Amino acid sequence: MRAKTQSIRQNDLPNALPDFRNLGVMSRILVLANALAVVFALARSRQFAEFAGNFTQIAGQLEPVLLIVVVVLYAASPHLRRLTYRYGLLAVMTTVLAATAVLFPFQSGIGGNDGWHAFAFSIGFAVLATALLTWYFYLRNRAFSPAISEARLQALQARIRPHFLFNSINAVLSLIRRDPKRAETALEDLAELFRTVMADNRELVTLSDELALCRQYLNLEQLRLGERLAVEWQIEPGVEQALVPPMLLQPLVENAVYHGIEPGIAPGVIEVRIVSRDERLRLHLSNPYHEEHQHRQGNRMALANIRERLLLHFDLEASLDTRVVGSRYEIVIVMPYRKPA
Amino acid sequence: MTQLRLVIVDDELPARDRLRELLEDCRKELPHVIVGEAANGVEGLQTVTSAQADVVFVDIHMPEMSGIEFARHLQVLERPPAVIFVTAHDQYAIKAFELNAVDYLTKPVRQARLLAALKKAAIGVRFARGVLESIDYNPRRHFSVAERGRVVLVPVSDVIYLRAELKYVTLRTRAGEHLVEESLSQVEQEFGGMFVRIHRNCLVARRLIRGFERGDETEGDAGWSVILEGIEERLPVSRRQWAQVKSYAK
Repeated sequence: MRAKTQSIRQNDLPNALPDFRNLGVMSRILVLANALAVVFALARSRQFAEFAGNFTQIAGQLEPVLLIVVVVLYAASPHLRRLTYRYGLLAVMTTVLAATAVLFPFQSGIGGNDGWHAFAFSIGFAVLATALLTWYFYLRNRAFSPAISEARLQALQARIRPHFLFNSINAVLSLIRRDPKRAETALEDLAELFRTVMADNRELVTLSDELALCRQYLNLEQLRLGERLAVEWQIEPGVEQALVPPMLLQPLVENAVYHGIEPGIAPGVIEVRIVSRDERLRLHLSNPYHEEHQHRQGNRMALANIRERLLLHFDLEASLDTRVVGSRYEIVIVMPYRKPA
Repeated sequence: MTQLRLVIVDDELPARDRLRELLEDCRKELPHVIVGEAANGVEGLQTVTSAQADVVFVDIHMPEMSGIEFARHLQVLERPPAVIFVTAHDQYAIKAFELNAVDYLTKPVRQARLLAALKKAAIGVRFARGVLESIDYNPRRHFSVAERGRVVLVPVSDVIYLRAELKYVTLRTRAGEHLVEESLSQVEQEFGGMFVRIHRNCLVARRLIRGFERGDETEGDAGWSVILEGIEERLPVSRRQWAQVKSYAK
């Protein structure tokens, strides 16, 4: 009983330092520290006209410290990770204070010629900024803690369109009398597809698993759409091992069929291209564009869903963009190229 | 008993095959013959008229022309066939069908439901006037007119103006004129801003307005007529519409 309570607690609040090598974390540190500088500059200004001068002064002192701290934390990130949360915080605080103290003699103090007063101000600012940032990352961690973000991920699980389910069952029914073997394969594909959709989709999966899922889905669509549906794959050899959020591509392929292939009488091509470049994975998907078919809600919902899941898994390191190029609709996802451990 | 003549319109081949199978299973109870199949609405209209169908099964979700638009075009015929809608999952349409007592089947189709719908169609149950218009949530792609027992389609994008005359509405395209049964106010509403009213009895395609000229004072009340791309004819703008219409000039 006791062990159980503990394990839930451990999951509940993961007290961990943020990943100092993550772009999102870095930019948050920079933005928040500067926001605090704005607040201080405002507090010191009796008139608004003084604000610019005050801010420049504080910023002039803050930026070099901030830069050094960020670089040190970036470099020390793997070591910091091995420390407990408490010692990690201590290490970060020490870094900040050391950087502030070391740079202080080279900077013109704030608060007049009184050296001690100025030094106290700098140290105070550093402590306050670090404390606020720690508090912010703590709250953020809590909001995105596995327990909560897992719940959100589960709620966000991509769902298959009922339209597809019923049409597929109907197509399978049409095969049963004339081509029982094909009906069997189709039902197996359908079962496999739903097994994945209904599975616990919180952990990253390999790209090859996700591609297999897409192929099963497309086999079923091919059954009912026949030659109207053509798919071109260009997968860079090796990238199949990359880790991606589950159900990343399948909903997009489903959208491509629904918005790109079904509205056309003439055959259409869906292109899937995946390449790696500079430790990033680039997924590129395109389908024929039917203007009058775009007001449908489904597409935006699926995109918002995938965007949010990318955010939960990779923060600002991943992006999803859509555009219309000529007669084609394109989706580009760029995300970190993670390999299985 | 004469055989019912049936046509199946669905863009998916397996869906047509499946319906065929189910219909064969019903043949003992209700004699019928499948006289045609089509993969889209435009072909479907031809098949229905040339095969003189009594009943048409039509899928709602089809490329180019929805099943509902297809059924609307059939209504221009003197004796339109009965229409039975088929849909996999279209909640909006199903709700509208329920509200308006329009018969429909869901995919996968069940034989008992199929037979019931077929029997109802056989005794000649038809749509009430205006029901399809109220159900259709997308503007049509075509206007339609019956000519010698066939449905002639006029793409909406080809239409330059519609003008109400005594009993009919004249629909003008670059190629010629058609007499259609439409109500101008309904067209105005359906295509939301695509056609604008320049006169109590006239709608013009907004994107084809090229300008205005002062016409014969006796003709238009305001003395202005509209210049439209594609035709020589000038149409008078009424005094009442002028304030609004003049802003459409390019």
